[in-house]
Amino acid sequence: MIVAVASGKGGTGKTSVAVNMALSIDNAQLIDCDVEEPNAHLFLSPKISQTQAVTVTVPTVNEKLCDHCGKCAHFCQYNALFVGSDKVLVFSDLCHSCGGCALVCPKEAITEHQHKIGILKLGSTDDLELVYGELEVGEPMSVPVIREVKRHIGKDKNVILDSPPGTSCPVIQTVKDSDFCILVTEPTPFGLHDLKIMIQVLENMRIPSGIVINRAGVGDNRVYEYCKEKSIPILLEIPYARKIAELYSRGIPFSQQMPEWKAKFQTLFNTVRKLVNK
Amino acid sequence: MKQLTVLSGKGGTGKTTVTASFADLVRNAVVADCDVDAPDLHMLLHPKIVRTQEFRGSKLATIDETKCTKCGLCQEKCNFSAITENLQIDPISCEGCGVCSFVCPVSAITLTERVSGQAYISETKYGFMAHALLTPGESNSGKLVTLVRQNAKMLAEKEHADLVIIDGSPGIGCPVIASVTGVDAGLIVTEPTMSGIHDLERVLSLLGHFNVRPLVCINMHDINDENTKRIVDFCAENGIKVVGKIPFNQAVTEAMVNEKPIVEYAPESEVTKKIMEMWERTVSALTCGS
Repeated sequence: MIVAVASGKGGTGKTSVAVNMALSIDNAQLIDCDVEEPNAHLFLSPKISQTQAVTVTVPTVNEKLCDHCGKCAHFCQYNALFVGSDKVLVFSDLCHSCGGCALVCPKEAITEHQHKIGILKLGSTDDLELVYGELEVGEPMSVPVIREVKRHIGKDKNVILDSPPGTSCPVIQTVKDSDFCILVTEPTPFGLHDLKIMIQVLENMRIPSGIVINRAGVGDNRVYEYCKEKSIPILLEIPYARKIAELYSRGIPFSQQMPEWKAKFQTLFNTVRKLVNK
Repeated sequence: MKQLTVLSGKGGTGKTTVTASFADLVRNAVVADCDVDAPDLHMLLHPKIVRTQEFRGSKLATIDETKCTKCGLCQEKCNFSAITENLQIDPISCEGCGVCSFVCPVSAITLTERVSGQAYISETKYGFMAHALLTPGESNSGKLVTLVRQNAKMLAEKEHADLVIIDGSPGIGCPVIASVTGVDAGLIVTEPTMSGIHDLERVLSLLGHFNVRPLVCINMHDINDENTKRIVDFCAENGIKVVGKIPFNQAVTEAMVNEKPIVEYAPESEVTKKIMEMWERTVSALTCGS
């Protein structure tokens, strides 16, 4: 089973929920898909067994063969090529690696090479497997790194995907093909606003979802009213507690210091399993 | 005219709280919400939209079933696995590159523009605002950010504003890059947590990469004094100015629930005092340049 943990709004507690749940269940694999700002490893201090480069395919133009006809630049939807009168400029950071420029070039002057945009790390803490990626600073496109990280999903594992914040392409890439999505929110207008956008995204993608309310007790009731109205299940509430916040700030998963929470995260996972199997 | 981007790396550290407060404190500025896929600033500033633009940031392939011979070449050449086994376009995976259309031997595939969001120009009681909403699940948020920034700049020039304040999105990827390039300073709002520190370091490298001057604000500094000290020391070692330290205060959430900037909602609070001091320091950093 693959369970994604997403939110819309940042800082609502996605990583906290993903890490604590992963530590509370058997046969778990945690995949941190927030490759722009990966944080799960900070809570797990994993032993890294493998590190590999993540690359994308970008064009190289052989100026000897090129006659500067401009067909490649005209074809490219992303403005990643500029053809001057005697030189072609390639903007690797705009390239989506579609391969179209090489296809349209009548002189076969375009070949492809690998451009490094990040790294991927495989590791583990006790029985928990961790996979995460790091987008190289200055590289704009996180989606290929997320795609690569997700290629390491274990077939018979209880897979938990920690999603980046937002509701755009990196989030779509993360939650795609999940069996369920846990949405972590906080009972504030910001939390609710971004939650609504995520619910719409998941409805379009036909991925079932449920809510974890973090920092319960702060804010107002509008999130609860919305969930009731839309019949979205509230799977767990984590109260606002100084101790949880403090443990978080020190990089300690709170279920390890507050063992009553381990059972709650197990129940959360089992509830999700039941909803998926229904 | 100066441009200041408020950013954070990690989400939920208080970017929008800071931006909304600055919008209330400043006179003669334009505000831009460049978090286009989860925008929240409008909930505090209550903009009245005066102009809406459609944003067409990408294209989508469509197959004409009457022409398609099911040869499968499009599926073979698609690098995004956006064409399914039974030769349908998966709009979620399609990046609108046009390769399928190019290779199709019977010209059955065309590219059509898709509306990926809306950009707005609005009036608020705090001044003009440029903002947008990406259609949920769409890509190309970086291009939409660029459009919002162009709108903000245009408004600032028209209104002879001295400053554009940009509320950024979390992360370090394309929308963040689009919201920091060419600005005069980036104010990073962080928190004294392990995640906050980790993400601060990455976002500082990002600003370094694009040659943007960093300023740092430590929000909720009193939730972990040791980590706050680590951030302060790190910044001192690297010559980075810490312009503000804001204490944890329940009033910040209350202000959000009441949909007002904290400096307006609780003008006498300690948080407001600290934000006002931070504002002064930010302005002087922007004007004196060092």
